[in-house]
Amino acid sequence: MYDNEMKLEFLSKSSNEAFARITIAAFASQLDPTIEELADIKTAVSEAVTNCIIHGYEDAEGIIKIKARLIKNTIEIEISDTGKGIENVELARKPLYTTKANLERSGMGFTIMESFMDDVEIDSVFGLGTKIIMKKKIKKHLVELKEEEFAGLGGVG
Amino acid sequence: MNINFIKQDKQLIVEITEEIDHHVAEKIRRKVDDEITRYMPRKTIFDFSRVTFMDSAGIGMLIGRYKMMRLIGGSLEIVNAGSTVSRILEMSGINKIIPIEKMAM
Repeated sequence: MYDNEMKLEFLSKSSNEAFARITIAAFASQLDPTIEELADIKTAVSEAVTNCIIHGYEDAEGIIKIKARLIKNTIEIEISDTGKGIENVELARKPLYTTKANLERSGMGFTIMESFMDDVEIDSVFGLGTKIIMKKKIKKHLVELKEEEFAGLGGVG
Repeated sequence: MNINFIKQDKQLIVEITEEIDHHVAEKIRRKVDDEITRYMPRKTIFDFSRVTFMDSAGIGMLIGRYKMMRLIGGSLEIVNAGSTVSRILEMSGINKIIPIEKMAM
């Protein structure tokens, strides 16, 4: 049902943030994304993984899991931790909201994920952990153009 | 950690050659704060010409340094941000409080 799938598991160390986003970007490059689309994916993954480290595990050691799937020209990325979970998801999504202002967090994490990806789902149970599922369609403009062309052809036929 | 400081006429130029995420931002914060407290610049300039990636941790780091410069009566400026970094800067609205210049050197 998926065209391709990968799984990644690593310790919640901040030095793994770069490892995670570069690995997912390498996987996503199979869809031949633009440089901008690749930067979007890298940034969104970086935000989600940082959230697991700072908020989920609060700098204690834990495991972060990433699953990525390619379905046609869409990449679906699932990032999960078994940390403390989000008490109020609605509040966490709000721009500039942060529970860690003392760590100079900007409160922009979810806002950036939502702006750079097409869809962001937050599945969190307070005390048990958080799972983020993000989706992004690659080469959207190109595909939409093709669909229009097909529609035009259909009209002629 | 690739960070270089140029001190000239009470201006502190911070050249970073690194992807700025939460891991790196913590280190930048420590090093830059150290330089600011010792040199007490009138202006701190972040040169982003060699920064290829930045996420929200960079925004937090910049706001923190902006506050610190204000505290000592100085200012903060960002120069030479590429398109990827510029998008994050604009999205955060940070460009409304910190001047972002193309070629101020």
